Amino acid sequence: MAEGIRVRLRQRGPIPLDATLQCAPGEVLALVGPSGSGKTTVLRAIAGLLRAAAGEIYSNGECWFDAQRGIHIEARRRRVGYVFQNYALFPHLSALHNVMEAMLDRPAAEREQRAREVLARVRLAGLEDRVPAALSGGQQQRVAVARALAREPQVLLLDEPFSAVDRATRQRLYRELAELRRDLAMPVILVTHDLDEALMLADQLCVLHQGRTLQAGEPYAVMTRPDSVEVAQLVGLRNVFRAGVVGHDEARAATIIEWRGHRLEARLQTAFAPGVQVTWAIPQGHIVLHRRDRPSRGERENPVSGPVVECVQLGENVALTVAVNGPERPPLFLTVPAHVARRNDIAAGVEIGLSLLAEGIHLMPADDSRTPAKPR
Amino acid sequence: MDWSALTLSLKLAAWTVLILLPLGIWTGHALAALHFRGKAWVEALLALPLVLPPTVLGYYLLVAMGGASPVGQFYESVFGKPLVFSFEGLLLASVIFNIPFAIQPMQRGFEAIAPEVRDAAACCGLTRWRTLWRIELPLAWPGILSAVVLTFAHTLGEFGVVLMVGGSIPGETKTVAIAIYDRVQAFDTSGAGVMSAVLLLISLVAIGAAYFTNARSRIKRHG
Repeated sequence: MAEGIRVRLRQRGPIPLDATLQCAPGEVLALVGPSGSGKTTVLRAIAGLLRAAAGEIYSNGECWFDAQRGIHIEARRRRVGYVFQNYALFPHLSALHNVMEAMLDRPAAEREQRAREVLARVRLAGLEDRVPAALSGGQQQRVAVARALAREPQVLLLDEPFSAVDRATRQRLYRELAELRRDLAMPVILVTHDLDEALMLADQLCVLHQGRTLQAGEPYAVMTRPDSVEVAQLVGLRNVFRAGVVGHDEARAATIIEWRGHRLEARLQTAFAPGVQVTWAIPQGHIVLHRRDRPSRGERENPVSGPVVECVQLGENVALTVAVNGPERPPLFLTVPAHVARRNDIAAGVEIGLSLLAEGIHLMPADDSRTPAKPR
Repeated sequence: MDWSALTLSLKLAAWTVLILLPLGIWTGHALAALHFRGKAWVEALLALPLVLPPTVLGYYLLVAMGGASPVGQFYESVFGKPLVFSFEGLLLASVIFNIPFAIQPMQRGFEAIAPEVRDAAACCGLTRWRTLWRIELPLAWPGILSAVVLTFAHTLGEFGVVLMVGGSIPGETKTVAIAIYDRVQAFDTSGAGVMSAVLLLISLVAIGAAYFTNARSRIKRHG
């Protein structure tokens, strides 16, 4: 019997779905994708608020939904803790009673005591008698989390739980969730469109687009080694280009590609035969700026150069756009700390040298017909 | 001052509210939750008494409840007295012409509840009955209260339908609105004035209480 939650959903409409995901107890799975990609729909189907045309949902081996066998357990009979995007607290009930409503299967005498404990766990002791409107956004989110946990759920569903609070509160809630999850023995599915949030909180990342799950895996791996150009674009990789595979150098654990006349050394990826066309991507963190005053050893690794065409200060960082081999071709994007840019006198028009770290060069199949704009 | 007419009016209004309250909650809740083909037609039909001249509605009700109609004949065979020109007939008519005043505010009240709140109730494990009792009714309360007050006040003031269906039998179907008209016809303007003032006062208190309660529950909910 499978532990945790196992979901497979298929339907053509009204909202198309072709999603498969799995999450083990104690694990946080981040479901990411642009708005309208079907993230909330997947959560609603897991909760039983929506019935997909085909597929199945199993929680700890218990069947919640099986279209073929005609099984659809009602939402109120599934043990899910659902934190809605706008929390959906009962506006006329106090925080305490909001939580108590989720524990009706416990003896009435225990409920209040237990609800107070759950509220204390999310640091709301002393605010039990306030109605939601008398609580701040962050406090409302905590009531929603407490109510979800009070249900003693088999799976915890969080639908963009940080989107309705200000930045400072969000940072605090991240820390609290990270702390809380250590004690949680159930699978947690977090819906978000914020990749940094996913990177910070999740053990697993699942990329969803137009209802289709495209790739799942360890977050950093998905974000730096996407399976396809489509995923690369969804996880925000901007440096995506075409190249030809020259060959593999097993001794140096490297694959050699040719890009705009440069021979680049990439991490060994033998799945791509010499001679084939590929798409390659490099995360910005794997592009190293050469110091203009004092060249160093690292500059031998895949050096390229070109003029800075755009230089935009974003707080403590500077976003650079660099034209490599002509201004008409797609440029390289990288971000450097503002002080580095200052020390090297970097400004629009200045010629700079860069190293593309071999470890970061990731190859993907070139024939990705779903790509909206073909990179060159 | 025609006390028996006033008592009759209050009794009629109270019974109308009592009957329409559960009926309105059920219908308003269903109309707010369900989306089906022809829903607009159902809503239009329920709103019809709002725009129909009371005498027209009264005429149809008189025909429908009269001794020649199946409804009238059935009633007479069971209770041994005619339905028209009786309190029961008047009550039936009152319930029908108050349908929009009862259902519409309640429907709006239920519609104002965010759908996620109902979803949250389901995810908390609440039964449908418990969701209605603990979540939906308290949240739709302003609408329900408006419906009660409107129905009550409207019943007190209805004239055309009452006259058509009930006639003007003292103690049975002569409501205060009809008594006022009778007083004026008899050139007893002071009697009509007193009764009008009493009716005005009752309506004012009822509607004032409704607004006051709604405002208070809004303040409580929105901090």
